[in-house]
Amino acid sequence: MKQAVHIFKKEFSGYFISPIAYIVIAIFLVVTGWFFFTTFFLYNQASLRNFFGLLPLIFSFVIPAVTMRLFSEELNVGSYELLLTMPVTFTDVIIGKFMACIAFIIAMLLPTVAYPILISTMGTLDWGPVVGGYLGAILMGGAFAAVGLFASSLTRNQIIAFIVATAICFSLTLIDKMLFFLPKSLLGVMAYLGTGYHFQNISKGVIDSRDIIYFFSVAFIGLYGANLSMQKKY
Amino acid sequence: MIHIENLSKNYHDLRAVDQISFDIKKGEILGLLGPNGAGKTTTLRMLTCFLKPTSGSIRVKNLSIDNDELAIKKLMGYLPESAPLYKDMIVYDYLVYIAKIRGVEAETRLAHIKDLARLCGLTDVMHKPIDELSKGYKQRVGLAHAMMNDPEILVLDEPTSGLDPNQIVEIREIIRKIGKEKTIVLSTHILSEAEATCDRIIIINRGKIVADGSTESLKQEARRDTILNVSLEGAQAGDVENKLGSVAGVEAVTIVDNRPGHLDVKLICDAEHETRHRIYACIKATDWLLTAFFLETQTLETIFRNLTQEK
Repeated sequence: MKQAVHIFKKEFSGYFISPIAYIVIAIFLVVTGWFFFTTFFLYNQASLRNFFGLLPLIFSFVIPAVTMRLFSEELNVGSYELLLTMPVTFTDVIIGKFMACIAFIIAMLLPTVAYPILISTMGTLDWGPVVGGYLGAILMGGAFAAVGLFASSLTRNQIIAFIVATAICFSLTLIDKMLFFLPKSLLGVMAYLGTGYHFQNISKGVIDSRDIIYFFSVAFIGLYGANLSMQKKY
Repeated sequence: MIHIENLSKNYHDLRAVDQISFDIKKGEILGLLGPNGAGKTTTLRMLTCFLKPTSGSIRVKNLSIDNDELAIKKLMGYLPESAPLYKDMIVYDYLVYIAKIRGVEAETRLAHIKDLARLCGLTDVMHKPIDELSKGYKQRVGLAHAMMNDPEILVLDEPTSGLDPNQIVEIREIIRKIGKEKTIVLSTHILSEAEATCDRIIIINRGKIVADGSTESLKQEARRDTILNVSLEGAQAGDVENKLGSVAGVEAVTIVDNRPGHLDVKLICDAEHETRHRIYACIKATDWLLTAFFLETQTLETIFRNLTQEK
């Protein structure tokens, strides 16, 4: 586990050495800020509901951008060989990189805490859904990051990694919005597979173990897939 | 120290390493020599636990790579070919990161990194991004990486590839210096390098070991037959073939060049000193004029070519 911590620190600071972190965070803040505040005053409600409503869609292309280089670059440069011949295990590497993603997502969400603070000065804000929303955002970010890591472990090309991860994340997000195409017997299963469905529950402030289990299982499957695909390469 | 037995590795249907076995003793500098694609890198990658062998076993200090991978990784330092390092890190940050993963104690870390930087000649570039370094400096960073944990076994894959002649000499000196205390396995396709740095050489070709021995013994083997070049004036080809061919110890006489009044002859004879005495005496007894008499030195170059080109 100590090794995972070192890898985590290296990857996390690596984000801020290259311009990628600043670009991704700036894009994220501009997009969410703009979409949220263009309608915020029309609704005339002191709630962050619309902000959290945006997150699944925005996360599905922002998070793949965060994760795309984590394995692809190592495969491309060959630095993976140096990393793996040091006393580390696959698990250390994957956990370290995954934790770096989560930390990055938290760093990215941190500036948006200004929104609820600002809004609470304008009206009475119910903090329950806000806390739930942020918790849900981190869980969903983690699930998407695991998917992104898996996509990144498949290829040495970062662009392909990005596209594959975006495709998977978008499908997960949109699946419960496409339900009217599906036969009735599949509805329950498909709705359960959708990220939006689970995220909505949490962002209403309802923390249900089913939703938490969903995000944990997506993350686990993603990381396990990444583990398998890296092991199979060598 | 290292015991390799019947090691094989398949890539799909290509057999890169084919049933090789050898032992490496403590303190030895072993050179793995072979043409491109012979399986050198694959062997080293299996030795460093990066690739899993298709079959066969590797034991390092009685630890097996199947069960004690981490323990073996701790004993080894590895410099892969062309030193693939994180491009956007600064040399110093990189070495600190490696030191942490390698478990160098925080109190001694800085001093240790400074020592290594001095040994590998990195002091001037410590604060440059790795991306901006020249090939030679990257190689040195890779070497510093490999030696970070004071490994008992150092595995170097083509440590001097892409370096300029001065750097090659420097890296070789470093290897020699470290080699006094440590076991080193290095791969190369440059013969003079193996000759200059290694105690023992294993030549592999197409995944198989074709020769294994100390540098001296391999050379000795090459010296079994000596090739002697002789130039003569005022001699007839037929006469020369007859007379020199009948000298004891001469196995074959070939006329290389036959111009009027001038003959270049190649003699294949045994390595005995007396044979050359007799050849000279034979020539002296005639009225030929001897203008050249020299040994063609069979170097490792020749053995290497013989071993890796046949079939």
